[in-house]
Order: sequence, then C-alpha cells, then structure tokens
Amino acid sequence: MNNAVGKRIAASKPRKDWTLLLMLLPVIAFIILFCYVPLAGWYLALIEYIPGKPILECEFVGLKNFRSLFANPAFFRALKNTLIYSSIKYVFLLLPPVFAILLNEINSKGYKRVVQTVTTLPHFISWVIIYGLCYALFSSEGPVNQVLAHFGTSQKLLTNKNAVYAFQSVLHLWKTLGWNAIIYLAAIAGIDQTLYEAAEIDGAGKFRQALHITVPGILPTMFVLLLLGIADLVSNGMDQYYVFQNSIVYNKLETLEMYTYKQGLKLQDYSYATAIGIFKSVISITLLFVTNYFAKKIRGESIV
Amino acid sequence: MPQTRNKIEVGLSRKVFVICNTLLFALLLFVCFYPLWYVFIQSLSDSNRATQALILPVGLTLDNYVQLIQMPEIFNAFIVSILRTVIGTAGTVFCCMYAGYLFTKETLPFRKFWYRMLVITMYVGGGLIPTYLVYKSYGLLNTFGVYVIPSLIGAYYVILIKTFVEQLPSSLVESAKIDGASEMRVFVSIILPLSLPIAATIAIYCTNGQWNSWFDNQLYTVTDKNLTTLQFLLYNYLNKAEKLIEKMEEQGATSDEVARLMTPRGIKMTVTMISVIPIMCVYPFMQRYLIKGIMIGAIKG
Repeated sequence: MNNAVGKRIAASKPRKDWTLLLMLLPVIAFIILFCYVPLAGWYLALIEYIPGKPILECEFVGLKNFRSLFANPAFFRALKNTLIYSSIKYVFLLLPPVFAILLNEINSKGYKRVVQTVTTLPHFISWVIIYGLCYALFSSEGPVNQVLAHFGTSQKLLTNKNAVYAFQSVLHLWKTLGWNAIIYLAAIAGIDQTLYEAAEIDGAGKFRQALHITVPGILPTMFVLLLLGIADLVSNGMDQYYVFQNSIVYNKLETLEMYTYKQGLKLQDYSYATAIGIFKSVISITLLFVTNYFAKKIRGESIV
Repeated sequence: MPQTRNKIEVGLSRKVFVICNTLLFALLLFVCFYPLWYVFIQSLSDSNRATQALILPVGLTLDNYVQLIQMPEIFNAFIVSILRTVIGTAGTVFCCMYAGYLFTKETLPFRKFWYRMLVITMYVGGGLIPTYLVYKSYGLLNTFGVYVIPSLIGAYYVILIKTFVEQLPSSLVESAKIDGASEMRVFVSIILPLSLPIAATIAIYCTNGQWNSWFDNQLYTVTDKNLTTLQFLLYNYLNKAEKLIEKMEEQGATSDEVARLMTPRGIKMTVTMISVIPIMCVYPFMQRYLIKGIMIGAIKG
C-alpha cells in the first residue's frame, strides 16, 4: 500500500531514474563504437597513414591531403559525374507527383492497385539483380537486339560511352518512380473529398479539379521532399555505379563514392580517401543546414 | 447550342485523356514487369533454344534449377543470405525497439543529450575508409557478425519507434508499474506486443535491406568464400561474363574459348531468379506496412 502511494507520488513528480540510464548504457556504447569512433577516424585525413603503423606514430601533414585532392583532375572528374547524376535525379523528383496525379485519374480500383503493386516492385530489387536483368535484356542475344534486328540495327547499351548518363538515370527512375509516388498517393488520399464535390457543382471539369485541388493538395509534401533532396546533391550511393562498371564506361560512372573506394581500398591511400569522404560529408551537412534554414523562414518549421 | 458543343468537346478530350492515361500505365506495367518475366522464362527454357523465348518458355524444363541445387556454392550462399536476413532482422528490430522505448522515458537522465547524439548519426558518418579500419580493428572482417552487428541500431528506426510508442496510452505502463512490474518486464510484456505494427514495418525494411545487401560482402568478407551471399555470388557470375566479353573485344579471343570459361547463360538467369523470388513472394504483403512506415516517417518529417 505504502509502496504504491510512494510510486504514485514519484510518477506525478518525475525524478531522474538512474536505472534507466543503466539500461541505456549498451545502446550508448554501441552508438559510440559504431558511429563516433569511425567519425574520429577523420583524423586519418590529417596524417600520412601507413597501414600497420600505429596512428600516433604517423607523420602529421595538416591539410596536405586536401590540397592534393583539389589539385587532382581525377577528383574533379568524379565530382562532375556525381553532380550530373544528382542533378538529373533531382529533376526526376518532379515525376512521382505527376505519376500520382495521373494514377489518381484512373477510375478502375483494381487497375490502380495492380499498377501500384507492380511499379513498386523494382524498389525491392537489388542493383545486382537489376544489372542481371539488364544483362539479359541488352546483351547481344537479348530480346532488345532481336527486335532491333528487324529494323536492321543493334545496340550495346552496357558498353556505350555516350549513353551512360542517360541509361543510369533512367534505371534509377525505373527503380524509384513507383515507390516515391506512394507518399504523394497518400497525400492525395488525404485531400478533403467535399472540395471535389463543390468544384463539380461549380462546373469545374476533371482537369481543372486536378489543377486547382489535387496539385495544391500535394504541394507541401513536394516542397519538403525537394528540400530534403538538396542535401543529397553529393551523395549518390555506389551500388548502382559499381555493378555497371566496365573499362569502357568507367570514366563516366565514377562517382565520388566510387573514387573513394578506388583510392582507399584498391590503392590503399587511406588518408587521401578519407579526405574525399570528409569533403563529401561537409558539403552534405552544409546543404542540409542551409535548406533547413530556408525551410524555417518560408514555412515557419524546420524539416529536420 | 454552343454550350452543348462545348460540352461534347470536353467529353471527347476527356475520353482521349482517359485512354492515353490508361495506355501510359499499361506501358509502365510492361516496363516494370517484363524484365523479370523475361528472365523467368529464360530460366525455365531449354538452354539451346532459350534465346528464342520472348513471351513463353521454349522447351519447358527445370534443368537449370536442378543443376543449381547441385552446385554447393549456391546452396551455401543461399543459407548465408537467409541467415543474415533472419538474424539481422530479428536483432535490429529488438535492439531498436529497446532503444526507442527507453528514449520515450522522461525520467531518463540526460535524455535530450543522448537522443541528439543518436540523431546526429543520421547525418554524419565516418565514411568508407574510417569505417573499414574500425571494423578491422574490432576483428569484424571476414566474420558473419559484420553483416548483422553494425546495423543493430539505426537512428531512423529508433525515431520511428519512439514516435509510435509515445502515442500509446501511458496509463497501461503506469498501471503495470503500480502492480510492481520492472522496467524490463513492462517492455517485454506490454510495449513489445502493442508495438507490433511498427515492429512489422521495421522488420520489412530490414528484411529488404539484408536480403539485397551485397556491398558489405565485397568490402568486409570478400576473402572468406564461406560467407558469400547470394547477391554477391550473382554479381560474381555476371561480372565474370562482363570481364570476358571485354577481353574478347580487346584481344579477339574466340567465342568458343569465352563460352568455355563463362558461367552458362541459363545458370545466370536462374541465379537471378532465385535471388529475386523470395523477396517477390513476400513484398505484396509487406507493402501495406511499408506505406504505414512511410506515413509515420512523413508525419515526423
């Protein structure tokens, strides 16, 4: 009885519960070991790290690695590729809302559901498998060339230097379009249906309803996603570009991540590769803060 | 009169739009589905005539699958992929639930500080090289643990769970406390069962991630062949083919020579299929939860 009353008083007046901290300790230890210790590894960029030698005995070189980074044309080539891929991806962010609006105009519920299910399927397929599919479709004996043969031509998309940017961007769109549209479809589903009825009575056609009700309904969602997208401008991931590499197209596939991998793990220049990673992180975080600042100004609330 | 004409015109343009729109989505369906279908019929076709198969298998046979079962490396890779998916998913879900629940406690000392410390990890990471060296120093290279352990706690998942648990009625926890239940007991017998929807969402994210993951295999376990995952094995098969085609184009090797060295096309198609079938079987069921997860994340954002 006393005990229960005591507990009730404790609940009304929250006091710090140190056993909870004890319970959280493993979590904290994990975060430090797997997130912050690697972060401390940024120090590698300031020294001339030689594998096998203790870190503290390595020569401190200050910003030398960054200077050689900015003097290296290979770095700028990777940066250029990264920016090209991200810019195209960014423009493609406008397509999922279009997809959602058009799908919303389909009347048949069953057809809608089939489209939604099938177009999200690529999201669940790894880049290795997508590469496997492309290999099957576009190789010399594949169906695309069989069809093209009827017109007396052929293609070698996987080893075509001039088509790399377009091909990779379209593949990325293929993988993400249906999935990215889900959030917009949900936003459309959340629009007040009476708005449409009122517009109907006022004599607005379907097109004008879409333009004046559906589009404004999803604009806030779009605004947030476009802002968040800015922070990804220098990070593309590397799975996709890594699997599609071959000697013919490599120069156009090499993004910053691929370049880091090559310099660091292939050529064992750990310090230099760490500097590339730091450059990338600093740009991303700066972009994130800048966009967050503007989001706060415009919408009155932050996005992060 | 002019009004009716206007109406008819509107009706006509609407009809044209509806037809074009329906066809557009039919095209999208085809583009998303056909590549998988094509590889599927290839894997079921007689290997000598497989390239003729465009719509249905030619010379229907299970030869490729039978051959595959007899290849020990494929069986092993399949088991590794299954194990990492099951253990990785279970581990991540439990650990993130545990952490997420603790972060909902207002009596947790320095709660804000720890929470910020976690959230920051979503935006800043050590990067490829420092992470690699740290895993190396922990002795994680060439162990099964490297697939599972680093992803045990994900900031994004913990945030999702925290958001979810915070909206559960707090009276449930309080009454259990009054009955003398310990914090751990409350977590296991009240919070876990009530949080099934969010746990399912996260389980699905993890399953998808673990099953499709292969780059960690390339980075951390490439020298231990026993730890090869299905995805990585597929990559190696495909990559070998690519390298040989390149070599052929550069040095003019005969196509016989290449054919002898290459993994047969039918086998590649079949491995692609078995890497994709398991996820295809479950994803329609996953979809519902995933959409929920996206919405919780969106509300948070």
